[in-house]
Amino acid sequence: MDLTYTEEEEDFRARLREWLSGTLPALPPKPAATDWPGRRVYDTGWQRRLHDAGYGDVHWGASPTTRLIFLEETEKAGAPYVGANFVGLLHAGPTIAAEGTDAQKERWLQPVLRGDEVWCQGFSEPDAGSDLAALRTRARREGDHYVVSGSKIWTSHAEVADWCELLVRTDPDAPKHRGITWLAMPMDAPGITVRPLRTLAGSTEFAEMFLDDVRIPVGNRVGEENDGWRVTMVTLSFERGTAFVGEVVACRRVLGELAAHARKSGRWDDAVLRRELALLNAEFSALWRLTQWNVSEAQATGGVPGVGGSVFKLRYSHARQKLFDTAADVLGPAALDAGQEWTFDRLSSLSYTIAAGTSQIQRNIVAERILGLPKGGR
Amino acid sequence: MHFQLTEEQRALRTGIRELLDGRFGRDALRAAVDRPGELDRDLWAELAGAGLFGLCLPEDAGGVGLGLPEAVVVFEELGRALVPGPLVATFLAAGEVPGAVTGETVVTCPYGALLPWADAADVVRGDVAGALATESVDPLTPLHRVPAEAPVPQEATLLYAAEQLGSAGRTLEMAVGHARQREQFGQPIGAFQAVKHLCADLLVRVEVARAAVYAAAVTRDPVEVAAARLLADEAAVRGARDCLQVHGGMGFTWEADVHLHLKRAWVRAGLAGSPRDAEEVLAAAL
Repeated sequence: MDLTYTEEEEDFRARLREWLSGTLPALPPKPAATDWPGRRVYDTGWQRRLHDAGYGDVHWGASPTTRLIFLEETEKAGAPYVGANFVGLLHAGPTIAAEGTDAQKERWLQPVLRGDEVWCQGFSEPDAGSDLAALRTRARREGDHYVVSGSKIWTSHAEVADWCELLVRTDPDAPKHRGITWLAMPMDAPGITVRPLRTLAGSTEFAEMFLDDVRIPVGNRVGEENDGWRVTMVTLSFERGTAFVGEVVACRRVLGELAAHARKSGRWDDAVLRRELALLNAEFSALWRLTQWNVSEAQATGGVPGVGGSVFKLRYSHARQKLFDTAADVLGPAALDAGQEWTFDRLSSLSYTIAAGTSQIQRNIVAERILGLPKGGR
Repeated sequence: MHFQLTEEQRALRTGIRELLDGRFGRDALRAAVDRPGELDRDLWAELAGAGLFGLCLPEDAGGVGLGLPEAVVVFEELGRALVPGPLVATFLAAGEVPGAVTGETVVTCPYGALLPWADAADVVRGDVAGALATESVDPLTPLHRVPAEAPVPQEATLLYAAEQLGSAGRTLEMAVGHARQREQFGQPIGAFQAVKHLCADLLVRVEVARAAVYAAAVTRDPVEVAAARLLADEAAVRGARDCLQVHGGMGFTWEADVHLHLKRAWVRAGLAGSPRDAEEVLAAAL
């Protein structure tokens, strides 16, 4: 058990810190959290800077420890997070890197890393959310194209995306986990209608998407036809395994800000509140150590994070909600001001126990795949 | 950074687990329950012989020369097996009280307001004037109450946290084992989502507590020790409660082992210093 970093890793940290301190003051002001067109420009601009400085591929090209250091330092410095590049950098990119052909890697990876192209996720459907394998969007083969019809929902960043990682049913007669195919769909193809959905936080970060005979070249298929479920599991293991890691550092920062605010306002004298903050400190301190534990394990086993990500996600998503509920307690009546940053975070945090698989689904995964309890009996 | 058990630490864990499986399995545990207050001196000597009490002492002092992380790995196993006795006090006295390292002298001392195993121990350290025997909730930990609050060294807090972690891991295994085997409505109860979710939450608490306890052993940071202690208490106490729930009526009987884990978890939490103090340490660090 060793919590010290190698000399090489500490060099990386020092160089990154120096670069961040020179780069961050020159960034343009952040757009409003709900302004997705503005955030696309801002987030891709940040990605371009990372790329030009040699950090573009840190999310999937670097070792897990290097990535951990990157996330820790960028968050501590208050740098932007992946934002609108989330799907491209953390889902589609790693999936194509793991499962794509050389030509596909050539075509799609660089534009993501340079911040030239933004991806969205077309997995869920109105009748296939947590039960993702129940998806019905059809793709029939016509020569060297798939012709796709159906609808998708909860499509993050659809409004501002260039590409969509799309799951379609290519064999309706096969058992539901078979017969699914993973396609890269250009968002400017004829037949796509995007209708933004407004979240309870007031933001339009996801959308409904209607697909009416959309033609997608067969060359855009990642993995084999009808093998999309396996490819998807690769994507989801990235999503559940590492996608939330950087946020733990952010939560620890918020906790420090909350304590400072409470000390200033006099709320600190409330022993009940102080206890809540203390327990959150224990929680996020442990979640950070669990992150390091999981990263060390991934580093040792070399690669794709395992189902252990579900353990992390379960605890983290609830802890985050608790953090911003406590923020409301610290703020008092000001917490009801929708313009308050922590109020927006409080509202946004409600998605964490739902997105990327609800807590209930995560518990099933943990129980069945880690603990070996029998399937079924919902 | 390689925040995983080393080969040597894994071997140490395997060694102590095998020793305890053979020497303090279920039958020995239940036999000990039937002889409350009586310390198994032979087991104590075997643990000493395996190097337990001298684990962190230098080799020229008759010790093994290992560190706190190794001690935590070993105490996790002791907690898992519910080994009785003033293990923490004797371990911490090993460099100071003659005979403690070899297991000849059993040492205890008060932690907070509680003094465990006063009658069975050979040496009682600390201010125990006015100590009064109480009827301990845990049949395997006789207790006295002392009027003068005794300090709880950080190492003691951490070693109790390690025991809590081991106990939490064991109740997880017991819950999952029962959920797989017990059938109701024509299928194992582990197929029911409500039972699955209890088991999943048990695991999550164990994993979070383990990361906290191991990290605190490495850093010895007082804030991390406080965090580790609170999370390990939570994992052990709630773990035992949820395990009891999974066992249904059987879990409420004296014959099931789960109540022994719950009661010991309560006692350890009481011996590890005030949770309010730990919370204040964590709050002050913000």
